[in-house]
Amino acid sequence: MKKTLASVFAAALLLTATACSSGDDSDDAPAADPNEKVALTYWSWAPNMDKVVEGWNAAHPNIQVTVNKQDGGDPAVAKLLTAIKAGSGAPDVMQAEYQKIPTLVAADAVADIAKEAGDLKAKFPESAWNAVTLGGEALYGVPQDSGPMMFFYRSDVFDKAGVQVPKTWDEYAAAARKIHQANPKQYLGTFSSNDPGWFAGLSQQAGASWWGVQGESWTVAINDANTKKVADFWGGLVQEGVINNKPMYTPEWNAALNDGTQVGWLGAVWGPGVLEGNAASTKGKWKTALLPNWDAAAPANGNWGGSATSVTSQSKHKAQAAEFVKWLNTDPAALKALAGTANVYPAATDATSVALTQPPAFFSNQPDFYTLAAEAGKITKPFTYGPNVNVAYSSYNDAFGKAAEGKQAAGFGAALDTIQQATVGDLKNAGFTVAG
Amino acid sequence: MRTRGAPYAFLAPALVLFAAFLAAPVLYAGYLSLRRVKVSGLGLGAGARTEVWAGLGNYTRSLTDPEFVPSVLRVGAYGLVVVPVMLGLALILALLLDGGRTRVGTFTRTSIFLPYAVPAVIASLLWGFLYLPRVSPIVDVLDRVGITAPDALSSGWVLYAVANIAVWGGTGFNMIVLYTALRSIPTDLFEAARIDGASDIQIALRIKIPIIGPSLIMTFLFSLIATLQVFAEPMTLRPLSNTISTTWTPLMKVYRDAFVRNDIYSAAATSVVIAAATFVISYGFLKLVGSRAFSQES
Repeated sequence: MKKTLASVFAAALLLTATACSSGDDSDDAPAADPNEKVALTYWSWAPNMDKVVEGWNAAHPNIQVTVNKQDGGDPAVAKLLTAIKAGSGAPDVMQAEYQKIPTLVAADAVADIAKEAGDLKAKFPESAWNAVTLGGEALYGVPQDSGPMMFFYRSDVFDKAGVQVPKTWDEYAAAARKIHQANPKQYLGTFSSNDPGWFAGLSQQAGASWWGVQGESWTVAINDANTKKVADFWGGLVQEGVINNKPMYTPEWNAALNDGTQVGWLGAVWGPGVLEGNAASTKGKWKTALLPNWDAAAPANGNWGGSATSVTSQSKHKAQAAEFVKWLNTDPAALKALAGTANVYPAATDATSVALTQPPAFFSNQPDFYTLAAEAGKITKPFTYGPNVNVAYSSYNDAFGKAAEGKQAAGFGAALDTIQQATVGDLKNAGFTVAG
Repeated sequence: MRTRGAPYAFLAPALVLFAAFLAAPVLYAGYLSLRRVKVSGLGLGAGARTEVWAGLGNYTRSLTDPEFVPSVLRVGAYGLVVVPVMLGLALILALLLDGGRTRVGTFTRTSIFLPYAVPAVIASLLWGFLYLPRVSPIVDVLDRVGITAPDALSSGWVLYAVANIAVWGGTGFNMIVLYTALRSIPTDLFEAARIDGASDIQIALRIKIPIIGPSLIMTFLFSLIATLQVFAEPMTLRPLSNTISTTWTPLMKVYRDAFVRNDIYSAAATSVVIAAATFVISYGFLKLVGSRAFSQES
């Protein structure tokens, strides 16, 4: 009896162990036979992506792509990394947010498709291209959409309060005071401890780049002077009470957008969809502008959101997958479908002329919406993500949650030091070489 | 020979399932907790990371994490609120229902039990709406009669806000367990007590509660384990406020480490610590009261 039990046990254990250790052996793709019938799976969370892919499937009977809808960027990455560790279960093609790419590369989860995709560099803005190449020769995905930040505001409230559209952050602060004083229920914006990507974008505009590569080591600069400047600015406004301190994307925030107590939002080019979903009744009252600037003479911008389409390291059909990825993000018909059907802002530079001739429905009162967006994209500063963005971002949630709740300006700067420490500590602990 | 093998044949399905779905994962978690990934240089490209033995490094890191002890203490405070309130309410309601034995019983019982059927995530979303001042009808009504309700998700109140959801969801289940135990008491005991001149309250305190002691202990144990594993409620409320951190409870820390930070090794170590603590506490509690309470029945 004892023996039987032990062997059953050992067999079960062996099963688990092999399931979890057979991995990285699918690098060498078999020679592509043009008539081979291939089925590819594609994980994406963009709405209606299946309809975009229909266009590809109709034209490519031999390479059929099935879209598998995901909940969002974070859960998709968690699932992918689990599948990579398990050795099977990953899709062929995967939507990956820019800030996740170093993590995925470090986990050997995405394939280098530089050879298969050919030269695409000229088709994309520098910042997006940098995000998928990590500044090297390899290509870890083709940029799909980008999210240059933009400022949305209630023009009716601005007119009533006699407030001009702020061109600088000083003017933004003055406008926030004026609006809140005129009606204590109204806020020009909120500081959100839930949206590290939002704060990273604002810091990017100020000239920060939280990670960097110096020779063979990483640098981390989350509490540098540029980011401190941004944190102090928001800490001051929160302490003063003229900016709200509650997170975005809560039922409360939605209600505030709808009932006109949040009268501005520092969002990104994909913002109209959010406003339409949460505050449909305010249509026609909103206007768009470029982000306020630190130096009006040298306008700059940051990025919030955006993703690439990558081929995973488990794909057995790398060449076909790369071909699909290239089509999806550069073909004029695909770009049109991405913009029109999947509602994303394509990263490809010629998308504005092929696909984005009309403003989004929610901003039909602003015909120059996409001209502004293109301008916002052009002045976006470079920013490098590191291999542990997830650690920095979850630390942001906690540290700035505390700071926002405490409403003390000093707490905001201290939060940055906490995030810096957590991020550097994690890198060093894992064995990465960290400079400084 | 055939008869000797028969018991094992019957046992096999259970043993295989036990080994494959309980023992193996537990052992695997224990194995993972002793491993770590070692990265070299920039960590990019294939071969830059290797899995190596970590010794007890993950355990020391998990136990010395500045967030770990506060999260344990927080769950302790949460348990001190939830368990007595929930079991107290469940006991009072069960006694009232049993004492009355009225026709409204079925309806009342069902409506008290119903919240248990609502999944914790849904319940948390629901209460989240009731907590947020701007969308809460409760705050709105209080506002109209001139009372300013405190912000339920502010740092002073958030623990009670989470505890309230657990009490709301768990009272019904515990009440049913206690009520069923009460119904199985032979009624001649009460008749005898009444003839001796005992009041309803005396019957409840001196007869009913001692007799359902084992059920009380069982519900206490279940509540204790549920408390140690609190996860869904704070996880769902977290994005709504600044006050619930990603490591608010030990299990949330495990989740964050495993699925946000992609560090399943230290997550495994923390899991092992939590599992061991849960085992020690439950077993210790049973040892403490078990013999005394269960001997009542015989």
